[in-house]
Amino acid sequence: MYAIDMRNITKRFPGVLANDQVNLQVEEKQIHCLLGENGCGKSTLMNILFGLHQPDGGELYIRERKTRISNPNDAYQLGIGMVHQHFMLVNQMTVLENIILGNECGSFLLDRKSSRQKVLALVTEFGFKLNLDDRVADLSVGMKQRVEIVKTLYRGADIIILDEPTAVLTPQEVSELFKILKQLQKEGRTIIFITHKLNETMELSNQVTVLRKGQKVATVNTKDTTPEELASLMVGRSVEHVVSERKQTDGEVILKIEELMVNSKAVHPVNLALRAGEILGIAGVEGNGQQELEELLVGTMAVKNGKLFLSGQDITRLPVAKRKKLGIGYIPADRHKNAMISSFSVAENYLLGFEHDACYNDRGFVKRKQLKADAHRLIEEFTVKAAGIDHPIGTLSGGNQQKVILGREVSHNPVLVIAAQPIRGLDIGAIEYVHKTLLRLKAEGKAILLISAELSEIMNLSDRIAVFYEGEISAQFPNGTYNKEEIGLFMAGKKAGGEQA
Amino acid sequence: MDMMFQFVAMTLKLSIPLVLGAMCGTIAERGGIILLGVEGLMLIGAFSGVLGSYLTGNAYMGLLLSMAAGAVLGLLYAIFCLKLRAHQSVVGVGVNMFASGLTAVLLKVFWQREGMTDPVVSVKNVSVPGLKDIPVLRVLFHDQSPYLYLTFLIVLGVWFVFYRTKAGLRYRAIGEQPFAAQTSGINVNRYRYVAMAAAGMIAGIGGSFLSLSQNNLFVVDMVAGRGFMGLAANIFGGWSPLGSLGAGMIFAVAQSARFYLPDIHIPTQFVQMLPYALTLFILLFVGKKAKGPEALGQLVS
Amino acid sequence: MKTRLKSFAGDLGSSLFSILIALAIGALIILAIGENPAEAYQALFKGALGSSQSFANTLSKMIPLAFTGLAVALGQRGGMLNIGAEGQLYAGAMATTLFALTFPDLPAIVMVPMCLITGFLAGMLAGAIPGYFKAKHNTSEVIVAIMLNYLITLFTSWLVNGPFKAPGSVSQTNPIPAGAMLTKIWGNSQLTTALFLLILFAAVQYLFLWKSVKGFQLRAVGGNRFASISAGIKADWMMILTMMLSGGIAAMAGSTEVMGKYGCFIDGFSPSFGFTGIAVAILGRNHPIGVLLTAFLFGVLDTGALRMGRVTNVSANIIVVVQSLVILLVSAPEIIKFFKRTKEG
Repeated sequence: MYAIDMRNITKRFPGVLANDQVNLQVEEKQIHCLLGENGCGKSTLMNILFGLHQPDGGELYIRERKTRISNPNDAYQLGIGMVHQHFMLVNQMTVLENIILGNECGSFLLDRKSSRQKVLALVTEFGFKLNLDDRVADLSVGMKQRVEIVKTLYRGADIIILDEPTAVLTPQEVSELFKILKQLQKEGRTIIFITHKLNETMELSNQVTVLRKGQKVATVNTKDTTPEELASLMVGRSVEHVVSERKQTDGEVILKIEELMVNSKAVHPVNLALRAGEILGIAGVEGNGQQELEELLVGTMAVKNGKLFLSGQDITRLPVAKRKKLGIGYIPADRHKNAMISSFSVAENYLLGFEHDACYNDRGFVKRKQLKADAHRLIEEFTVKAAGIDHPIGTLSGGNQQKVILGREVSHNPVLVIAAQPIRGLDIGAIEYVHKTLLRLKAEGKAILLISAELSEIMNLSDRIAVFYEGEISAQFPNGTYNKEEIGLFMAGKKAGGEQA
Repeated sequence: MDMMFQFVAMTLKLSIPLVLGAMCGTIAERGGIILLGVEGLMLIGAFSGVLGSYLTGNAYMGLLLSMAAGAVLGLLYAIFCLKLRAHQSVVGVGVNMFASGLTAVLLKVFWQREGMTDPVVSVKNVSVPGLKDIPVLRVLFHDQSPYLYLTFLIVLGVWFVFYRTKAGLRYRAIGEQPFAAQTSGINVNRYRYVAMAAAGMIAGIGGSFLSLSQNNLFVVDMVAGRGFMGLAANIFGGWSPLGSLGAGMIFAVAQSARFYLPDIHIPTQFVQMLPYALTLFILLFVGKKAKGPEALGQLVS
Repeated sequence: MKTRLKSFAGDLGSSLFSILIALAIGALIILAIGENPAEAYQALFKGALGSSQSFANTLSKMIPLAFTGLAVALGQRGGMLNIGAEGQLYAGAMATTLFALTFPDLPAIVMVPMCLITGFLAGMLAGAIPGYFKAKHNTSEVIVAIMLNYLITLFTSWLVNGPFKAPGSVSQTNPIPAGAMLTKIWGNSQLTTALFLLILFAAVQYLFLWKSVKGFQLRAVGGNRFASISAGIKADWMMILTMMLSGGIAAMAGSTEVMGKYGCFIDGFSPSFGFTGIAVAILGRNHPIGVLLTAFLFGVLDTGALRMGRVTNVSANIIVVVQSLVILLVSAPEIIKFFKRTKEG
């Protein structure tokens, strides 16, 4: 019997068809992976199952009974629970309070004692190590996730949906999670696991459904398929990789990172050197210090231990503006938060960060004519599709926004370009454009620091690779030394030289 | 000793509007709604109280009308914030202005003049037989307004609901992380509407104390900043029922001290400044604790 | 440029819509209390615009509202809600008065600018406090400003009732010397050269925000604080600067009232100019031109209301109700969306 049977589910949001006649059948007592790239519709589909969204078309059958799920309460009634990617926990309340929230014992009065007994029973049954009176704010990420899981069990869920649960976990926490999920399966529960990672899918699931651009592509048994087949189902066509010609450069050292302590997890400092005409790829699972590295280099986070040198000059104590002036182009990982002002026009976004430069600054006033000319030139040069330079940048697509940012950051003669997750949320065409631009910059002799969670991007473009794990470099080598699996191991904590972290 | 008795008695009297104003703020803000409009809610309550007494000849009908009016205005406030998604601080300013203008207009309609109403039947102070003779504690039971007991009941009631009922747990979660509450199946906005109606009602009671018990008529803008002082008390007390009670008392001490400090002649303005200065001090220099509920001002879809 | 003009015009359209709705609701209230709305509104407009003197008085009433409106508008452009305008204008008024009383013999050509500068500085100081704590500690600038409003208002009240009280029963200071007074420019009315000062401030604010580099940075911080920091802008200093400028401009409302209308500091002279300024700024879309237009409208309502209160049975306070409705309506994005939809549909 199908635990879940979603037929022809369609869901529209303004401007995008998130789910297009999707069919999903999940058998009972299975671990079923929902696989796809960012933005393919997997989260939307599961939010519909959990009652957070209503479908525009299609039917839902739970255990072969047709039904409607209007809100999370309905979902829980049907035995469906969900653990979200961004935790839905009340930080100021205790573990116990978070677990029972919405389904507390008692009719009007809060019956803490009975609630506590019920929860304790669950926690001991599964061997979770949780202290019910801890404040959630004080817990580690892995433990917070466990609270979320216990919460679904407390509500009686036997169909549990997890949305990208491993994105923020350490490798050790990931294997613990997998153990828990396999045990839950043994106890008769059905698990739906949303991910974009092939290795997890292969390791964990019994069946896989692949989504692409809002449509279902295929459902296969995991043991009958390979990662390569899944990858091509996910992407849809053989992707034309923009691959760089790797060579060792002996250009001048542009960026030198000396004895830098990146975050509180790091025990050993980071040492890196980046030369002109070179692309250094920073690989690693997100959350291993890359964000901190980005901010320390740009200057939005203060350096506590270590030194930074740009073209030989000590920039460790310099503020953001001064570093920029020395020639750093910065493409932030979170462009909406850090790179652009949505309500401002395209032209004004071109000005952002360069308003005090002599080219735009005439004794304190903005040289509008110059700005307009440059803006027109740049949107043409970078093929930005926009209604005009005076329209708010928020109306542009993600790819076009990124092109604006790219154009801005590279057109003032930087010596160093820091590109963090530059292709996140972009379509294939925009991705190719960004990569071609990075290679062009390399040919022009710029030093490029490429920070990315996509290993294939790193491997296609980099001359050298440094792998980050828990705020330290677990391996640093010329590209080509190791293959993908070996690099994956470095990402999981193995140190070059053989020791396990 | 007699002076001490008078001092405590006066403090209790003066604390009523402050505590009720603070409770109004506590209830609203623990659910995540920024409430700057306490002043206006209390003013509507003050006027409605007098109006009700005038129309029926019974002061307690005035109290009821003030509760109803406060609840209605509280609901409207919530509609603007939740349904129409207005900027909550601005709604507060707007509600204060609205109350000020509307009460003045209606005053002219019913009493054909501007500025203040005629006297109406008011709520008389009581002395509880038996209890009024207990040493020390008699200050609570001798010549006090029934509003005092109502205030204590309200504080206890809100405390009980917040910390001993399911609804209270859920409501407090809403103020900290409304999305967590939502995914737990809680109808966030329904709780907020109910809470705002309750908050408005309590503010209405606080306002009607001023017009029906402390005085026996309505004067234009008679709340005179006590709503904002109640807001300050809520912050000073850390957004909790007992904290609001304590802070309201402390601020009232500052106000009544003026009458009982014999030789020290402190200008009245400085005494009035004290609550605001204290609150400002807490906000600026005690930092962490004075942040309030995490999700203040956040809306859910 | 054309796009910006178009969207600005569209915004003003929805503001106009809110005003009309508010006036309509006001009319309903007037009906409900048994009076004739047409008669009331006619009295109102006659009172404000019926003669050249009343027109001048309307302009005079507009000035403090426009100053606080400009102040709040600048604050909003920088991402800050300046609720402290009320306190800042009292600070400015008191600083101006004390300066004038302390140096009575200065010639007008020095006295007038110095009085204004003193007022501006006092406002800057008052604005710096919420700005600093918001920038460095993320404390709500709204709550800090409200507390500060009371502290400043009470303190100036003490000054005017205590050490600086003029003999007599009214709570006011001694009159300031004639050299500090602004010149009247319209016959018998209260209108003074403050009007020119206002227009100057509005023009400078426009040039600053949209033509200068620092103004761009201020708006950038208001648009996206994080992106500004990543771009090298010192966002926290910008926020403090925003509140300081905003405070100084608000203070001008107080200083010009003292120097133009009253000639001394009167206890409680402000009928909530600071709070009404918030409505003016929002309605005027935080743009100097919009602020001037809205302030003029509010000036019409305030001046006209006095006549309406005398001539009809409707209390002048109905205007306060209308103004508050405008604030409520214009602060709700949903209502604006409704307007945009009905326009297209």
